This record gives sequence, C-alpha cells and structure tokens, in this order.
Amino acid sequence: MSDHQPPHRELPETSSTTGNKGITRRGFLKGAGITAAGTALLDGVQSLQQEAQAATPKGVMEYGAEAFPVTLNINGKEHALHVETRTTLAEALRIGLGMTGTKISCDRGACSSCTVWLDKLPVNSCMTLAVDAIGHRVTTIEGLSTDSEVHPVQAAFVRHDAMQCGFCTPGMVMSCAALIERNPHPTERDVRVAISGNLCRCGTYPKVFAATLDAAGQHATKA
Amino acid sequence: MATHTPHSTLDALINVAGDTTDASMKTAKMPIGIPGFTLHEEERTVPASEPPVWPINKDLSYVGKPQERWDGRAKATGRARYTADVQLPGMLYARFVNSTVPHARVLSIDTSAAESYPGVKSVHVIEKLLGGAVLRDPTLEQNRYPIVRYVGQPIAAVAATTPQAAEDAAAKIKVKYETLPFVVDMDQAREKDSPQVFPGAADQAGTAGGGGSSASGVPQTGNVHGPAVHKQGDVEQGFKDADVIVDAHYTTQVQTHSALETHGVVADWKPDLLTVYASTQGTASVREELAAYFQLPMSKVRVITEFMGGGFGAKFGAGNPGVVAATLSRKAGAPVRLMLDRQEEHLSVGNRPSSDQRLRIGAKKDGTITAIQLISFGTAGCGTGAGCAGPASNLYKWATLHVEENDVFINAGPAAAFRAPGHPQGAFALEQSIDELAASLNMDLLDLRDRIDENPVRRVQRQIIRESAIWKSRNPRANADVGPIKRGIGLSQSVWYRHLAMDSAAEVRVHKDGSVEVLSAVQDIGSGIKTVLAQILAEQFGVPPAQVEVKIGDTNYPVGPNSGGSVTTASLTPAVRDAAWQAAQKFLASVAPALGVKASDLTLTDGMVRSASGKFQPIAFRSAAARMDTNQVSAQSRRIPDYDPRKYDTYGGVDVAEVAVDTETGRIHVKHVLAVHDCGRPMNPVAVISQINGGVIQGISYTLFEHRLLDPNYGIMVNSNLDKYKIAGSYEVPKIEVQLTESYIGQSSTDASGIGEAAGIISAGAAIANAFYNATGVRIRQMPMTPAVVLAALNQPKPQMEAL
Repeated sequence: MSDHQPPHRELPETSSTTGNKGITRRGFLKGAGITAAGTALLDGVQSLQQEAQAATPKGVMEYGAEAFPVTLNINGKEHALHVETRTTLAEALRIGLGMTGTKISCDRGACSSCTVWLDKLPVNSCMTLAVDAIGHRVTTIEGLSTDSEVHPVQAAFVRHDAMQCGFCTPGMVMSCAALIERNPHPTERDVRVAISGNLCRCGTYPKVFAATLDAAGQHATKA
Repeated sequence: MATHTPHSTLDALINVAGDTTDASMKTAKMPIGIPGFTLHEEERTVPASEPPVWPINKDLSYVGKPQERWDGRAKATGRARYTADVQLPGMLYARFVNSTVPHARVLSIDTSAAESYPGVKSVHVIEKLLGGAVLRDPTLEQNRYPIVRYVGQPIAAVAATTPQAAEDAAAKIKVKYETLPFVVDMDQAREKDSPQVFPGAADQAGTAGGGGSSASGVPQTGNVHGPAVHKQGDVEQGFKDADVIVDAHYTTQVQTHSALETHGVVADWKPDLLTVYASTQGTASVREELAAYFQLPMSKVRVITEFMGGGFGAKFGAGNPGVVAATLSRKAGAPVRLMLDRQEEHLSVGNRPSSDQRLRIGAKKDGTITAIQLISFGTAGCGTGAGCAGPASNLYKWATLHVEENDVFINAGPAAAFRAPGHPQGAFALEQSIDELAASLNMDLLDLRDRIDENPVRRVQRQIIRESAIWKSRNPRANADVGPIKRGIGLSQSVWYRHLAMDSAAEVRVHKDGSVEVLSAVQDIGSGIKTVLAQILAEQFGVPPAQVEVKIGDTNYPVGPNSGGSVTTASLTPAVRDAAWQAAQKFLASVAPALGVKASDLTLTDGMVRSASGKFQPIAFRSAAARMDTNQVSAQSRRIPDYDPRKYDTYGGVDVAEVAVDTETGRIHVKHVLAVHDCGRPMNPVAVISQINGGVIQGISYTLFEHRLLDPNYGIMVNSNLDKYKIAGSYEVPKIEVQLTESYIGQSSTDASGIGEAAGIISAGAAIANAFYNATGVRIRQMPMTPAVVLAALNQPKPQMEAL
C-alpha cells in the first residue's frame, strides 16, 4: 500500500492471532466445541464485527459508494483522480485520465481489448477495479512508446499490417509485448496462447503472429 | 518505374471547366485481362479530361506495391481516436433504457425518478423508433409509444454527468407493459396459429439485408412476408430436360456482427450546427438521416469519423443511437456520448438473417445446368432482408431459374446488411449441391465448374487451384482415412458484384512548400482506404505515401461513398486520381511562368518536373513547388461513369479448405485455407490480403461457432456477450495462403475494385462442408457445425440424396 493514498476510512488495527480480549475467528472456533451457543448469545453482533475486523489485514481501506480521491501509478507517473469503488481501471484510464488508447469492447473480460499491464502482468482493465490498481505499476499502450520511439512489437505491427480497423490493436500489442518481455524467443504457438483472450473481429490474427515473431529479440525502432 | 504516358494537356483540363459530362472524348489503350494469363490491350473512349492510362501494377511506383498502412502507427500506439475516445468539454454520458420483454404495448413510462437523479441533465422517451419493418396500414396499431417487438428495443434514454449516474438513473425509469404473445422460433412463426409479430402486412424500406422479399408489395401471410418470386424460363421444363437432379435442404443460423467497437455517437447540438462524431460506415448516410429526422439543412449537420472500429455492414445511418443522442444533447445544451454496450450491440443494431433453403438443381450429363430452383425462408427478426438467392442466380450459367424468397418475422431485433448479404447462406447451399452434382455426374469438381462458369477470372483461379499443392494432396475418394480423425479437402467459389457509389468526390491540394493533401468525407472502416488515397497522390506527385496528408472522415470535405458492398475503392479511387491529375496540371500552370515556359511544355512524372522542349534539366517536384505563383492550387473531382457502361463484372474467388474432423468428439478443425481472389487492380496488396484473411476467419467463425440463441420461453438472447457468443480466436485460425488474381477491365482511371464482400466469408461455409464430406463421406447441411451437429450428421443414416 502506497503511503500517499488518502485513506477513506482506515480501520483500527486488529491482530488476527493474538486478540485475547476480542473473540477472533480462530479463538471462536477453538472454543466452539464447548461454548459455541453461549458465546454466540453473549457476544452477538459485537463478535461478528470483531470477526470482520480480525479478518481484515493490516492497512486495508474501506470505501463508501461516493467517488473519492486516489493516486494511481501509470506509465511511471503518479496520477491523482477521483473514482468510485465500482469504477473499473479501464474507465478510470479512459474517462478519469483521458488515456483512451485502452479500449472497452465487451466490458466483461471476454475480448481483452482493454489489456494493460499490472506490474508487467497483462490484465483486463475492464475486470480490474481502479482501487485494486492502487500500489501497482500500471502500464498502458500510451506507456509503450514515446514520441520518437515505439516498442518493437508496435513497429512490427505496422510493418506486417497486423491491424485493420485497429480497435483491438492496443490490447493485442499489450499482450504480445508482454509475451516478448517474458519470453524473448516465442514460437507461433506461444503467440497464439498469449493472445488467446484477444478477439479481433477483422480477423488479423495471422499477421499478429508474424509481427510478434518478427519483433522478438529486436531493438526499439527509431521513429 | 512509371512508364505511363507523360502527356500533359492543360488544354484538356480547361475544356472540362469543372463538368466532365460535356468534355470532349478521346481514345485510350487500356490493359485488359490477367497478367501472366490473358493480358492484352483494348481501346476505350474516355473523356478527354481523364488522366493518362495507368499500366499494370508492376510498372507503377507506389500503386500496387505493398504499402504500410498510412495510419498504422496511430493505431499501434493507441493514438488513433475512435468515437468513444472523443471527449468534449462538458460532455455528458448517455444510457438507453431497453425493453425487457419481447412483445408488448407500452402503457406508461415514468421518468420522474430519473429526472431528479443527481447528475442527470436530460431524459428522452422515444416516440419514433428507427429500424425494422413498419405496417403498411399504420392504423392497425395505435399507441403513444412504439410497440415493443423484441427484447432490447430502446425505449428511453438518459444523459448524465458520469456514466455511473446515467446507468443508475436509467434503472429508475419505470416502464409499464401490456405484454403480448410472442414468437422467437422461425419454424414456429411460420405456423398458422403462431403469435403475430405485426398485426398486418409490414415492409422495411431500404433494407440492405439479403434483398429478395425486402421489396415492398410482396404478399404476407401471418408472419411470412413473401414469396418474392423471380423466374426466368420454365423451370419445370428445365427439370424435365435434366438427366440428373440434386435436391437438398440447408439451414443456417443468425449471426451478429460483433464489431469490437459498438455502435455509438458523440452528438453536440449547437444552435448553428449539429456536430456528430459517429462510428459509421457512411458519414454521408449519418448526415442525411439526421438532416431528414430533425429537418435541418444538410449544411447544418457535420459528421466526423476519424477512426472506426469495424462495422461489417451494420453501421449505416444515424439510427436510434444517433437521433437519441442528438435529442439528448439538444435538451441538455451539452455534448452527449452514447455508446451501446455489448448486449445492446447483439440485440438491437443488426444481424445476418438465418436461412432455410430447399435447393434443386437439374443438369445434363455434360454438366450443363437446365434448372435451378431455390425456395428460401429466413428471419431478419422484426425486419426484412433474409433473401439468399444471389449465388444461385449469379454464380453459374443456367437455362431456367425459379427463386422464391420469404422473410419470416419473429420477435427479435431487425437484421442489417452483413458482409456479402445473403451470399454466405446461399453459397453454403449452392456450392454443396454443385459438388453433389459433380459426384452424381462422375465429373471432377473443377471440370464441372469450368463447364458451367464462364467468368474468365474464375477460370484462371480454378487453374491456380488445380496446380496448388493443397489441391494435389486431396484424395478424391471420400472417407478415405481409417482412424477417428479424418482429413478432408474441399472448395467453394464466391461471387460479388461491381457496385459503384457515384457520390464519390475528393479534393487534392498542392501547397507551395511541396506538401500535398487529399480531402474526402469517406471513412476508413479498417479496409485501408487512407493508404490507398495516399498511394494515388504518391504516384502522381512522386512523394512517398507516408508524406502525403490524408484528411477524410468529415462531411466538411467533398462527399464520400458510404462503405458497403465493396464500393469504396471502385468508386472513390478514380475521383481521387482525376483530382490529383487535375491538381498537377494546375500546379504546372502555376510554376510555368517562373520556369519561363508554357504549361503545355511541362510534365510531372516520378516526382520530377520536366520540360518537353528541353529548356531546363528536370527539377524535383518540391523545388518546383517553391516557384508556384500562388500559395495553393487545388482541384476537385467526382466519380464519372465507368468507361464502358455495357460491362457488368463480378468479383469473387475460389477457396480451398482442409479440415480434420474428430469423429469421436464432433470437432472440426480447419487446418489450412488457400484463398484465390480478385478485385481488379489491387491498390495495396498488403491490405487486400489482410481483408481476405479476415473474410476467411470470419467465415470459419460463422460456419463453426457463431449462433444467436433466443430463449423460446422468455424471448431473450441467452448469449448476448462475447464469452458465450463464440467468435473465432487465435486457436481457431488456420494457415491461410492468399493469392491475388490481378485483373484489368478498363473501366476507370484506376481500374480498381473492392474486396470486402468477396473475401472468404461467402465461400468458407461450403468449402468447409465440402471438405467435411471429403473427410467423412457425409453431407453436413446445417450451420453452425458444432460438435452436436457434427455427431448428429455422422450418426444419421446416409441420406437418399447421395444415391443420385
């Protein structure tokens, strides 16, 4: 958890292992054989509250329904914005920050148009809550290139015409670039696996395979 | 190296004076035929203002050469701005409220809770619904609100400051329904006592589905709108004359377009101008519909489509999203973004109709077709356009033809044009029956097609297939493999037409700094027209395509074609070439004084300005531009009619598929496809190949996986998403080989045509089915060929048809 997060409401610290005064889940279960009924009656609601507290790891925040300020690390920079708990990372990027390179197509994790990296791991940003990205390094399609340099996968996509309408392209690029980052010498099978979640309705897959294989091991192309 | 005639005639340009119709004519020798096979020259009479004839691709510098997508880098880096990416100051977010029942009269709509919801700026209740068929006699049905005819029909909409607020507020709109009996199964809808989708005859104007019964005035009985009958000759006599008759029944399912970018707009209603950013295949069509709907002058509506994320036929006109967003914007006094969600995309904005076809073909012993009879039913939901007789009518020569096409209304969203409307369905039936005919005549599959198909391009394509490794590896004996996994190879042909959109115009500008630009309202739907336009200017001015400025997708520019039916390249490229040529002549006139010669002494070829009289050494275009006597010259041109109006050409191809059928699990694996296709002069072969890859893959997806499933009890689509509505992904993509048959017909200054429809999707179903037969010895006449359908086909007794 990053320190600069403005906490919405921080819960009191509660140890889940040494809570002698309150009834912890573990303690409750230990004594359950003998005193289950009595304990439940005596402590009632209070014990449930305490159990909830006990189950909450140190430092976890609880948020309400309203929008609240957060800071997200995107492409190496800290970005402050307001999100609701239900705001997805994709929405936060696109609407909150105007970073529209990340696309929303199915909005339920079935097409991978919205692929971004969370600490180098490709994820569907439509299935990731913005609050769950706190404390992680998010990389988007905008972070893959600069004005003068593009990622080898992006250069190869252009060379091989690995796009038609281009709407799936940012997600495809993020999946393929992540593959090359973790496996500099992929096979075509590896590329198929890497983009098995990425749908392309124009049917550009063969050139995506070719471009990614071509990009493997190459250096950034000067613009 | 360009070798085209360096004959500059400013005189010809002056003769034109902006109107090509009165221009004097000249003759031109044009390349005709297929290089390597049938190439020769023919003379055409063309307007004198036309530019010199282009030679075949190998003799051009930029056109016909593999070219990187002009906007490739913008797409690969995420900088390409699509409609949903548009953000305007104060922009609101809109959500539809959609019907939850398949058939109902809406009694009341309570929007009060939505209107007072925090953040809500405008609410609109739809009183005039667009799309679908309408009653011939509107008095049969009177209600304040449109009758609900399908689940997902838009009813109202809300615009609010955040998407979340819009969603919350939309959920607070209360709709009271009086539900009516409904039907979502086509077979049931054809029965006499079925619930009626419309209380009387209904037609859909201007449907771009499969044609046929979409024509108004056809009979309607219950839910069956049709038949639309087309007869040529006496088909019964044709069958009497036949030595062999094949007779079979085929069915195909409803497919949804599922473009990755959903339908949507950003509408900005200002008192002096309505600006709409639209995900559309036709900026012109959106402007026309909005102007008509709101009774605005066309000049007060501007439509912008910078990038668009796929349409496949479903994105023409403003539609309900367009007019509703504009209305919300007007009410709120702020721009409004309305993008559909994935479920709405499946339900309310189009699909490919289903088909149920009875196809009979009669032939002589030598293969000559004496009769074709097709009786088809199909459902386009509460719209029309389920005809599928294109292939049966146009692919082969026949002596007699009898077609009856019927639309069956059901309580589902209306269909829309979908890549080669009607043709994948029709070819699925026709091309299997032609294979059956060959088998019963004991003829080779390609020899029979040579007999009945006179198209010279298809003939060459079949020759290419004959000589291909994949076809040579085919075992002509069906069901030859002994193991549980059986390999088979099959083929199918496709046919599409040379359609033109005459409202295709462009302006070309030359600036004093040597920069050149082309402007047209045309939109790039992913096919790569931007790149093609850049290539045309590159060819004219000798400037690399990447340095040409392409400004399109904005109705502020000269009108562009709506991109449907593969018209864009055929329609627009000649206009752009003509404008470029005329701009070049004006450029030469502009630099002539400074160069001390007459304009008629100058030519511009290969990026060099040359003096015919040898007055000076060739000067680079850019250096010459610096000597223009004005800052900018420009020329505008529109599409002129084809040079030879008597010619009517078709485009198409022959596709071969190799499959492996697992006879134990019922899975079909398409392993390899060879696609041999033509589109006239291929402008950018790289992009043409991309489109063919895409057509093949979309065709495989349609054939094996895609299926809109409607629950008969509730009328809802049970797979209205992309996880249960399966479309082909990376694992399902076979090895695809594409061969382009470059061909010339001498019809325009570019002699180019489109590839979108003909590319793969028409022939995939039949090629796979014919390969399945080759693998297993069993005919599979139903799509999608899911494992259950495959196992059922494999386990059924051999149909009698095979004995013919």
